[in-house]
Amino acid sequence: MNYSVLIPMIVFLIIIFFIGYWSSRKLAGSSNFISDYFLGGRELGGFVLAMTMVATYGSASSFLGGPGTAYTMGFGWVLLAMTQVVTGYFVLMILGKKYAIMARRYNAVTMIDFLKARYNSTAVVLLSALSIIIFLFSAMAAQWIGGARLIESLTGLSYQSALFLFAVSVLVYVTIGGFRAVALTDAVQGAVMLIGTLILLVAVIISGGGISNIMQDLINENPNLVTPYGAEGNLSAAYVSSFWILVGVGVVGLPQIAVRAMSYKNARSMHRALIIGTIVTGFIMLNMHLIGVFARPILPGIEVGDKVIPLIALETLPPWVAGIVLAAPMAAIMSTVDSLLLLVSSSIVKDVYLNYIKPDASLKTIKRMSFGVTGILGVIVFLLALDPPDLLIFLNLFAFGGLEAAFIWPIVLGLYWKWGNKYGAIASMATGIISYIALHFYNIENGNLFGVHTVTLPVVLSLLAFIVFSLLINRQAYDYNAILYRNEKQA
Amino acid sequence: MKETDWRFRVAHREAWIGLGLALFNFVWWFAFAYGLGSRPVEEYTYIFGLPDWFFYSCVVGFLVMVVLVTVVVKFFFVDVPFDEEQEESR
Repeated sequence: MNYSVLIPMIVFLIIIFFIGYWSSRKLAGSSNFISDYFLGGRELGGFVLAMTMVATYGSASSFLGGPGTAYTMGFGWVLLAMTQVVTGYFVLMILGKKYAIMARRYNAVTMIDFLKARYNSTAVVLLSALSIIIFLFSAMAAQWIGGARLIESLTGLSYQSALFLFAVSVLVYVTIGGFRAVALTDAVQGAVMLIGTLILLVAVIISGGGISNIMQDLINENPNLVTPYGAEGNLSAAYVSSFWILVGVGVVGLPQIAVRAMSYKNARSMHRALIIGTIVTGFIMLNMHLIGVFARPILPGIEVGDKVIPLIALETLPPWVAGIVLAAPMAAIMSTVDSLLLLVSSSIVKDVYLNYIKPDASLKTIKRMSFGVTGILGVIVFLLALDPPDLLIFLNLFAFGGLEAAFIWPIVLGLYWKWGNKYGAIASMATGIISYIALHFYNIENGNLFGVHTVTLPVVLSLLAFIVFSLLINRQAYDYNAILYRNEKQA
Repeated sequence: MKETDWRFRVAHREAWIGLGLALFNFVWWFAFAYGLGSRPVEEYTYIFGLPDWFFYSCVVGFLVMVVLVTVVVKFFFVDVPFDEEQEESR
């Protein structure tokens, strides 16, 4: 076992635990448990907001899978990864202030609360809750596997023990600390990612003898590695561009991201987060994927993509620095998992249980349910991840694309298009999910339709469905201020 | 109360700005990547060791976006209250 690598990571985990504990103290004194546990009481500042968005979004795929693919594909994959810079500003600008204002009017704590109030429909709520639970569950499992593999390759522990260690670490602070713990640990984890990737990039460049030298090695091995078309020349412009939807603008539709866009304190926090988020996202994505490509001449012949980053860190850095640097992917994975876990749990407790099963549950019951469901979910994912499927990046992207196709239009058009109604929303979600799954299998059999990523067509189809059904069935303009009159009457 | 809240007008404008930035981002990224990158490898030049298409598309493109976002946020985004109490009437 490699103790000098392990110690920095353990210190990192202890800090994370401490934040979770501190947040739980704050939670104990809270008067509005639901809003505090699942949303941190809407009080995030700019820095924490930006970091929690980046950290939630930057997952195992950007820290292990992505750089691993860049190692195989060359610069074409770095180009693809850079489509993610747009997420740094796009989500917060598009959902923006209208979402923040409406979420407060609706008193929404989850994305589903927003949809529920906007469309006033049980079908919309149940359909959304179901897709979140199914899709994010598979995303979460993929991340846990990534986390466990990372610990496994670092420590030499068995996969099972590694997974157990990982599960316990995550579960403790998510369960006790809720959203505030998740957001604060995300901020720490984001900072670790930022510093870790920078150190590693510098180390890799030095050990490769400078960028020019590395470039020459790449060209000597295969000139395609420095083109935008991938090692085999099979990355088409259309395919790479379609990632602008999958990992770029489509991210607006991801519930774990959208919920963060209602969690900030005021417009100033949002403004700061826009700038910080853009810088941090771009910086991390650029660094990580360049590391993947640059690692190729230094450590040729790595078969499993996910191992490129751990191996290159151990190769180029002194062990204890490698420990600090490798806390970065660990942080990325943990920060994604914790958000997903909390989100799935909120869908069950808040959106299903409190809405339809027991609306008058006492505070004590709600608390017990929230802690309990979060814990049980963790245990189920753990058991599933014990015997994992191989394709981490695949599962992850499947969940991404499916949710984006389902939610992007009900959220965005629900916010800005007054003619949008529940029939449009239901049609849009159903069309998005069904066409995504169907096209997914079609593409596996026949190659990508039109040469673009699976997500593209379902996003277009679900837009059409939203518009057509909203206009055809029960067309009615929505009054965004109606909720105010109702609130006044009650007051 | 009017048909539209003044804050919504601000919000709508800012959302359009976001869309504009993303479009600009895409065009910049695409034009440099495939405009310069489709030449034969032998004709590439290298800036700070990186292939020129990549340097302009991804490195400069990223920096340009950071500057644009900063400028837009500092000069065009408006600080609005999110809670209802601070409105004119009540």
